[in-house]
Amino acid sequence: MSKLHFLLCLIFFFAVACGGDNMEGEGPPETENNSFNRGEMLAFWADDIIIPAYSDHVEGLDILLESMNAFYANPSQSSLNDFRDAYLSSYQTWQQVSIFEIGKAEEIGLRNFMNIYPANEELIENNLNSQDFNLVLPSNFAAQGFPALDYLLYGIEDTDETIIQLLTSENGRVYTEALVNRIRDLNTEVLTDWNDGFRDEFVSNDGSSATASTDKLVNDFLFYYERFLRAAKVGIPAGKFSTNTEPSRVEGFYSMNFSKQLFQGGFSAVQDFFNGISFRTGRQGISLRQYLEHIHMTADTEVDLAAAINEQWQSAESQLVGVNNNFQEQILEDNPAMEALYYELQDAVVLLKVDMLQALNIQVDFVDADGD
Amino acid sequence: MSISIQTYLHKQTKAAPLAVFRVLFGLLLVVSMIRFWYYGWIEKLYLLPNFHFHYYGFEWVQVPGNWTYALFFICGLSALFFAIGFKYRISILVFFLSFTYIELMDKTTYLNHYYFVSLMAFILMWLPAHRHFSVDSFLNKSIRVEFIPKWNIDALRLMISIVYISAGLAKLNGDWMYKALPLGIWLRDKIDMPIIGQFMDERWLHYLFSWGGAVYDLFIVFLLLWSRTRVIAFIVVLLFHFLTKAMFPIGMFPYLMIVASLLFFSNSFHTRLLKGISKVFRIPYEAFCNGMKLTASTFFSRAALLILPLFFLTQLLVPLRSHLYAGNLFWTEQGYRFSWRVMLMEKTGYANFKVVDRVSGKQFYVQNEDFLTAFQQKQMSTQPDFIVEYAHYLGDHFKSQGHQNVQIFVESYASLNGRLSQPFIDPTVDLLTVKNSFKAKSFILPLRND
Repeated sequence: MSKLHFLLCLIFFFAVACGGDNMEGEGPPETENNSFNRGEMLAFWADDIIIPAYSDHVEGLDILLESMNAFYANPSQSSLNDFRDAYLSSYQTWQQVSIFEIGKAEEIGLRNFMNIYPANEELIENNLNSQDFNLVLPSNFAAQGFPALDYLLYGIEDTDETIIQLLTSENGRVYTEALVNRIRDLNTEVLTDWNDGFRDEFVSNDGSSATASTDKLVNDFLFYYERFLRAAKVGIPAGKFSTNTEPSRVEGFYSMNFSKQLFQGGFSAVQDFFNGISFRTGRQGISLRQYLEHIHMTADTEVDLAAAINEQWQSAESQLVGVNNNFQEQILEDNPAMEALYYELQDAVVLLKVDMLQALNIQVDFVDADGD
Repeated sequence: MSISIQTYLHKQTKAAPLAVFRVLFGLLLVVSMIRFWYYGWIEKLYLLPNFHFHYYGFEWVQVPGNWTYALFFICGLSALFFAIGFKYRISILVFFLSFTYIELMDKTTYLNHYYFVSLMAFILMWLPAHRHFSVDSFLNKSIRVEFIPKWNIDALRLMISIVYISAGLAKLNGDWMYKALPLGIWLRDKIDMPIIGQFMDERWLHYLFSWGGAVYDLFIVFLLLWSRTRVIAFIVVLLFHFLTKAMFPIGMFPYLMIVASLLFFSNSFHTRLLKGISKVFRIPYEAFCNGMKLTASTFFSRAALLILPLFFLTQLLVPLRSHLYAGNLFWTEQGYRFSWRVMLMEKTGYANFKVVDRVSGKQFYVQNEDFLTAFQQKQMSTQPDFIVEYAHYLGDHFKSQGHQNVQIFVESYASLNGRLSQPFIDPTVDLLTVKNSFKAKSFILPLRND
């Protein structure tokens, strides 16, 4: 008896001593059964969506840099147009990576440097004229990235002629080059990090805690959907978060006719990520939709949540059809249509944040405090 | 009757089990405090948020800014002091007060096992846990005893029994027993666990764990009490707690419950344990085995016999208060806390607040992340008393910003144990017109598909 007691105590203290806070299983992952494999999903996200989307975006940024250099080599209306085209298409490819604020992107706070709008005109002009600026500072979020470029390329002067004059001035050139280089460098840094090991780190972190890759990226995805797609692109300009409409807060305010296209880019990226549409092949792979379908089948839940979410997005798409390419015009002329779009997006938030999070047992971001 | 009570109160037992519990419980709490600090939770949970959710009646408990670190330091130090039995009466009092104060600062962090710690510390305040194997009794021979009245240990055992049995009874509900929920939701993604991982996606395993958990909670105390089943019961305790520890982020809870279950072990076990510890640390344990009994009635023993019966009466009544309210308890959460309802539900919610000018009709929505941390948002969106408190905070905020005729409405949805989300709070009620109280919250919409 006494030996047994002693043994129990030993077991207890040994267990206390060894009981780390991460008691992750060390056995090989089970592949025989029909369980949903989070690791496979992470690999698909990395290899078929995130990395190809970043590669495409960075290629676009190389073209942006080239077209800027071509513009400065030979400033003209036509080279300005090329520069603008390259800018617009890289703003568009930005929409396909903005969701993925994880790893290096999270570390440097990529989104803050790329796409804080409305751009701060006064700050941009001060920086440009004084030539005394530090783009690393948070106080300069609204003076750089795509919105600042939007202002320089379309809004800072009234005519294309004067815009060319300003861009080619000594100060204008320094600032424009600084902005374009910074956009390209930061995105390249993120892509390089994915290729230099972060991909494996991301895929191997396939557990189900608050710090696991699935939980983190799904939280990032929802945060993007709610705050940057639903609120920033639609809700805020449509006045859903203020007493009056704020049409000047649309994305791409100075280039005018592209706010709908930019929104559509982000919205497509959201739907493709959810449904697991490969950026490389366009074919469907393993993602949240399949995960939800798997649970619907095995746990016999009330509704097919994945279908419900897609249906809700379809009605948002239908609402979007009738909306002006220029969101600002739409808000000024017929804001209820814009509000209706907001509500369609909003209805999906409940399905995503309440029903999907519960079904997938995703932990809320950054909270790894105890439960009981 | 009164004779048998008198005989019971005079019944003596070894002081060793109480001393062992004091030491292990204290040391675990020291580790808890260091761990909390080390993980940066003091900052994350108490210093970063601009706003804290208060317990009803404890709105005066405020986070003392950077002094919160001092509060945690005092709490941890007092735990160390009572563990070694140094200035016991003061250190356990300081521990109880500081720990409870910390818990009262923000109800977002409410956990049953923190509440359990507060209650155990409260009971310990009245017990002579320092009269054996302690610095106090080492330095002061006159308080040193080998035997104490048995009711002192029984009081702690009673508390543990209430916790387990209440937790077991609470599991006897439809979701837990007949749908194996919420365990089914939590287990199905744990397929990476060694050995049992391959079954984690299977419904039968969810039922096995649900029913097993209920049986465990209901009967473990009895199995620990009976000497013939005690060893096997303790093995079950170890298995149960390390299994749950491996599956869920439950922190120090398993260790607490394992240490607590040692209280059911025999005197000889505890004596031997103390002898073993003494050997390692070269403590002359024989000095504590002086054959003395604590028979005299002291201030604390008289107070304990007055206060502890009342305390246990409230402990029996408090978990029952939920029956005073209509509706599904998991949905309304009226009387949910402080009732040993542990891991009973998976609830997610979403609350979208609308600020309306009553006169002009102008309105706008609130972005919760501007005011609350992610953790606070999660807790707020599923608990009606949080929603009311937050609404009032928003009301004050927007009034101070110069908005007039402010009304606050909420469009909220919640999902309980896998049910499809449904409207939670009545969206037509101006939340500034309601207040938190013990009265039934009529603005909670009833749960459909109960």
